[in-house]
Amino acid sequence: MLPEVGYGALLVAFLVAVYGILSSLMAVWRNSATWLRSALSAMRLTWPLITASLACLLILLVQGDFQVSYVYNTTSRSMPLYLKLTALWGGQAGSLLFWGWLMAGFASLAALRNWERDRELLPWVIVVTLTTLAFFVGMVLFSADSNPFVRFWQNRSGQPLAPAMFRSADMLPLVPWDGRGLSPLLRHPGMIMHPPMLYLGFVSFVIPYAFAMAALITGRNDVRWIRITRRWTLVAWLFLSLGLVLGMRWAYDVLGWGGYWGWDPVEVAALNPWLSGTAFLHSVMLQEKRGLFKRWNVFLIAITYGLVIYGTFLTRSGVFSSVHAFAQSDLGPAFFVFIAVMAIASLGLIFYRWEALRSEGQLTALFSRETVFLLNNFVFMSILAVCFWGINYPLLSELVTGQKVTMGPPFYESTVGPLLALLFLLMGIAPLTAWGRSTWKMLRRSVWRPALLAFLLVVALFLGGVRQPGALLGFGLAALVGFVTVYEYGRAAWMRHRTQGESALLALWQLAVRNRRRYGGYLIHLGVVLMSLGVIGIEFFQSETQGLLRPGESLEVAGYRLTYRSLAQFDVPDGRNVTRAVVGVEKNGRFLGEVYPRRDYYYEAQQPMTIPGLRSTMEDDVYVILVSWQPITEDGATFKVYHNPLVNWLWVGALVFLVGSLVAIWPESGNVVKSA
Amino acid sequence: MKKLLWVVLIVWGVLLGQAEMVAAQEPTPSDDEVNAVARQLYCPVCENVPLDVCPTEACKDWREQIREKLAAGWSEEEIKAYFAAQYGDRTLAQPPRRGFNWLAYLIPLALMLLGAGVVGRILWTAQRSQSAAALPVVEEERLAEIEAALRRQGE
Amino acid sequence: MQTEQPSTKQRQGVSPWMMGGAFLLLAGFLVFIWLGLQRAQAGPAVVGQPAPDFELTTFDGQTLRSEELRGKVIVLNFWASWCDPCAEEAAFLEQAWQRYVRREDVIFVGVAYVDSETEAKRYLAQHQVSYPNGPDLRTVISQAYRIRGVPETYVIDKNGRLTYIKIGPFVSVQEIVQVVDAALQ
Repeated sequence: MLPEVGYGALLVAFLVAVYGILSSLMAVWRNSATWLRSALSAMRLTWPLITASLACLLILLVQGDFQVSYVYNTTSRSMPLYLKLTALWGGQAGSLLFWGWLMAGFASLAALRNWERDRELLPWVIVVTLTTLAFFVGMVLFSADSNPFVRFWQNRSGQPLAPAMFRSADMLPLVPWDGRGLSPLLRHPGMIMHPPMLYLGFVSFVIPYAFAMAALITGRNDVRWIRITRRWTLVAWLFLSLGLVLGMRWAYDVLGWGGYWGWDPVEVAALNPWLSGTAFLHSVMLQEKRGLFKRWNVFLIAITYGLVIYGTFLTRSGVFSSVHAFAQSDLGPAFFVFIAVMAIASLGLIFYRWEALRSEGQLTALFSRETVFLLNNFVFMSILAVCFWGINYPLLSELVTGQKVTMGPPFYESTVGPLLALLFLLMGIAPLTAWGRSTWKMLRRSVWRPALLAFLLVVALFLGGVRQPGALLGFGLAALVGFVTVYEYGRAAWMRHRTQGESALLALWQLAVRNRRRYGGYLIHLGVVLMSLGVIGIEFFQSETQGLLRPGESLEVAGYRLTYRSLAQFDVPDGRNVTRAVVGVEKNGRFLGEVYPRRDYYYEAQQPMTIPGLRSTMEDDVYVILVSWQPITEDGATFKVYHNPLVNWLWVGALVFLVGSLVAIWPESGNVVKSA
Repeated sequence: MKKLLWVVLIVWGVLLGQAEMVAAQEPTPSDDEVNAVARQLYCPVCENVPLDVCPTEACKDWREQIREKLAAGWSEEEIKAYFAAQYGDRTLAQPPRRGFNWLAYLIPLALMLLGAGVVGRILWTAQRSQSAAALPVVEEERLAEIEAALRRQGE
Repeated sequence: MQTEQPSTKQRQGVSPWMMGGAFLLLAGFLVFIWLGLQRAQAGPAVVGQPAPDFELTTFDGQTLRSEELRGKVIVLNFWASWCDPCAEEAAFLEQAWQRYVRREDVIFVGVAYVDSETEAKRYLAQHQVSYPNGPDLRTVISQAYRIRGVPETYVIDKNGRLTYIKIGPFVSVQEIVQVVDAALQ
């Protein structure tokens, strides 16, 4: 019963979405408010309907109805409840439904806002949003292997039949006793938050894109739509950033290779829209303040959304495949058509409004805040060029030469590294430049103090024994950005304190509250600085060693002494066999504690997982792996140990980054009405 | 265990074979020495997994192969070239710089140059207009500007 | 406050060059991903189609070219020493080979997929494989046949057409003999 209800609700949602598109078009054609109201109701209705469908799937997952192929493939009896729930995005079909649900949520949310002043945009926002939604929901409904409600059947003589959605006369239900269980890789608490955040980031870009397209279609050219778009982009961008960071954390905790970012094509595909989105969030300020680069901004919005869809296409259609990819999927052609239509329509619209999108002015000075932002966009787009090409070239190479190639860390790092250094330099001087026109003299006056501090820090590091030029440059630039940001904030607060007689603390608070965007932005920059410490730590100072130890023997890395104490092997009720080692950590002869690297063998999936033992401090991480490719016995086991300095700052920085984004997104209180 | 024994036998054999030629006994390359090479290579059958951290049985054999080659005195570059010749370019961390693969490196560079050209053109026009309408900049202006900007943004 | 450039004011709309270039670029990109998709979705080589050509240097240094083997039925088996199912079928393959070893119109060829030479030779010795075997250098052959894993076996008839594909191991000698005899007719 439940599968039919779930499928039915989804089908109704699809029809409602199609109805919304049509009635929206009617509203434009007839200039009718009634049709528009009806379309708006349709958009609001999609979310409850898909919620009902999603609820059905969740109940099936929790109940463990293994007749449903998706439930069979992603859960098993022994899995705890929270894993049964997260199995919702553990497979192609469920995660696609989940994706549609999130997108419908955003559509409904957008439909609930006050449309009084943006009436003319509304029908087109509805058309664009619901078209995307209908596309994703349609894929779940009409693709054979992306429908999560498909069930197993057998005929009267007990022969299994092909899985099907609906039952015909001679079919009997075929109910396996147990399911195959969730992929071990996904059985980590990190997977509870990482995919939803990433998906939220992806799907929410549909709203700014819809606004941009609506503005192009209607020819509306004022500052208002760009403000709305900017705020929605900021929300989407926050979720995407969060999703990326959580993904890094998950990789660090679960994948067991000592790092958090491996330049895997799937990772890079998720990073691409973040890059163009970040470029947009900077360059949009030029449009708001000076009316510059309107074409570029619309282009960035379109390309960001395009990259979201393209990345989804690559990872879901099986294009990123190998001899080991089983997941053949029939989604490819549909995705291709969607991408083609979207890209041609967006490009066509931009050209159609080319004249209306002319900049209202131009840069008035060679050196100004505008120039810095322009260069910022250049750097972000350059990184994007490298990353975009990096995921596409292997496909091209395979097509042209027949040889598969790998684009690994060396390819990216050699180009992205210097670009990041340039980006930090820009980030350091940007707050000190003025809009419209700036002078070097002004910059010198304000930059010398933070620059001197940063320089002293570099000298101190050098004297302290840090000799790699790259690391020194990295620390220096990070320090420059950090000091400049703090200095700017402090200076503004000091001015307020002097001119308005506020206490220093109140001045700091008032500044942040009065100008959330600017000081939210500063906080984000500080977050990035802190995160960069973690990156520098791993890139330049990571060290590792490996060895076969007998109990009592030890390995040494970066001043730490790791002693193998004991090993235990036991079964856990949820279907794992755990091999867990106890390793003592010492530094300078002082005992610091124990870590417990382990290897979990999943019986159902017949797959081992290597979970590191981690001792984490703000100074450094000791990351111990029980190496699974050597025999592990009680009288000898191979350990691999990584020493990852400063890596914790990455997560701390991400928190600061998050707070900064929230400050920037929070609606300004009171005078919202006045602003337009 | 059997595999390890086999490896030991091989290494031992290699050492015996060399003992006649070289007087000094070559030490078995340590795990760290093997990993130093393996981390620059990719598992030929997995999807984007560096060889030093790849947990499969096959990868273990490849690492042992690196150990054999190191024991035989091969250099890092020779081993990498050997892997590429045996298992294809996908075992290298980046495409070798030759033939069609130059595109992998030149296209991003070309795109960046294109971007730099566009930025340069915008700045060039900006500079021309600047010299046409040069305004004197006084430093007090900076303070006024900040305050004006603050007020603007407070809206 | 801002000065309009007179030169840009004269221009109306977007230049056809730019528009044409942009759409051309987009079209090129779409063609590219369409081809990529085709390739990703294409299964392995298709039965009835001409089999991809190959050139194999065996472990004994002999060179086998598919064109030179025309007129013979070729049983092309992909295997690896690290693959357990391969070891299970190795005996069946060798026994089947023994039946045809005297015939001029059948040849078995083994291709070691991403294997180390030492391990591969040990595997061949252990299973007493007597038909020609060689490493798949640069994985060229396996990429041409788009194999999904090992073991996989491709049977090519006398005209160079693929007549049979086996994914996974053979489970008996009969199974092999059957497909080879079918290809001989």
